[in-house]
Amino acid sequence: MAESNSSHNNQYSATEIPADGHQAHPLKVYFVVWGWLFVLSACSYAIDFMGVQGYLRWTLILFFMFVKAGLIVAIFMHIIWERLSLTYAVLLPPIAVLVFVAIMAIESNYTVLTRFIFFAGG
Amino acid sequence: MTDTSSAKVTASDNRPKGLSGLVEDWSSDQRAFKNVSWRKAMMWIFLLSDTFIFSIFLLSYMTARMSTKVGWPNASEVFSLHIGHTNFPLLLIAIMTFVLISSSGTMVLAVNYGYRKNRNLTAIMLLVTALLGATFVGMQIFEWTKLISEGVRPWGNPMGAPQFGGIFFMITGFHGTHVSIGVIFLLVMALKVWRGDYDKQTPGYFTSRKGEYECVEIMGLYWHFVDLVWVFIFAFFYLW
Repeated sequence: MAESNSSHNNQYSATEIPADGHQAHPLKVYFVVWGWLFVLSACSYAIDFMGVQGYLRWTLILFFMFVKAGLIVAIFMHIIWERLSLTYAVLLPPIAVLVFVAIMAIESNYTVLTRFIFFAGG
Repeated sequence: MTDTSSAKVTASDNRPKGLSGLVEDWSSDQRAFKNVSWRKAMMWIFLLSDTFIFSIFLLSYMTARMSTKVGWPNASEVFSLHIGHTNFPLLLIAIMTFVLISSSGTMVLAVNYGYRKNRNLTAIMLLVTALLGATFVGMQIFEWTKLISEGVRPWGNPMGAPQFGGIFFMITGFHGTHVSIGVIFLLVMALKVWRGDYDKQTPGYFTSRKGEYECVEIMGLYWHFVDLVWVFIFAFFYLW
């Protein structure tokens, strides 16, 4: 590695903060993650290809989605190597979206109910 | 002030880590992101705002789909491809997914070779990333053309709920725009790397800040975000 600071500690460690703020990590980590992203995408596609339905389908879709998203954010975007002040600043605000999802799910149920009551004739 | 403008400020060794480090970093009149340069912090904040934009799109999709009386078109059938005599559900979308993941992989390689000051490999990896991104957009254009020829419009379609077209064009169009903008920036950055701007620290045209290989990492953050958004679109729009 050309960076003088990182040449001393190019051992991969999830808790280590790069001394100069540069994200220089061994290539192997990236290749492993890359491979896993391919495998997980193939799994997602297989759900549809094999026609899995119902709750099993939704559970699997969400599971593969979150694992893929987690790998991209954690390794490719280097979040596990950043200090917590940045990690929390970018990962906590989206929780508000989940609240919004809950509100809109309730609202949509009400909307579809009223539609069935008042537009039942078509 | 020098503290906030320097890209080289380090997290000094005696600062607390973990949760107490979090409180310490945020709780006093000081720079919150200790070892992150202003440009990286700003990119993260931009990406956070973009997260909200895409979340709202997907949320409106959920609301429309949950509240419609008319059945939602089956994405597995709508996006299937006939090859020979076999019908492959979602084949094009699957290929697009793999292309985008591959481009994310070449992007991390570009970032890594950048920090190793390997000018040629960095530029080549950026070009490969741009090429894969352009391939993705090309396939998306094919997909749009196919759907439009089948009668899908923003206000209606032959397969089911009329909101399907509007939501499809809005979400994939916005994502495709992100990819296209990314491709343009990747090409510009490949040119800069090729010219050696980041070795000579040539100031940026708009920012007049010193060019450094960190710019490649920040470009990478944007590119991985585009890939990340696709993961969610793939799950919620195509697979659900």
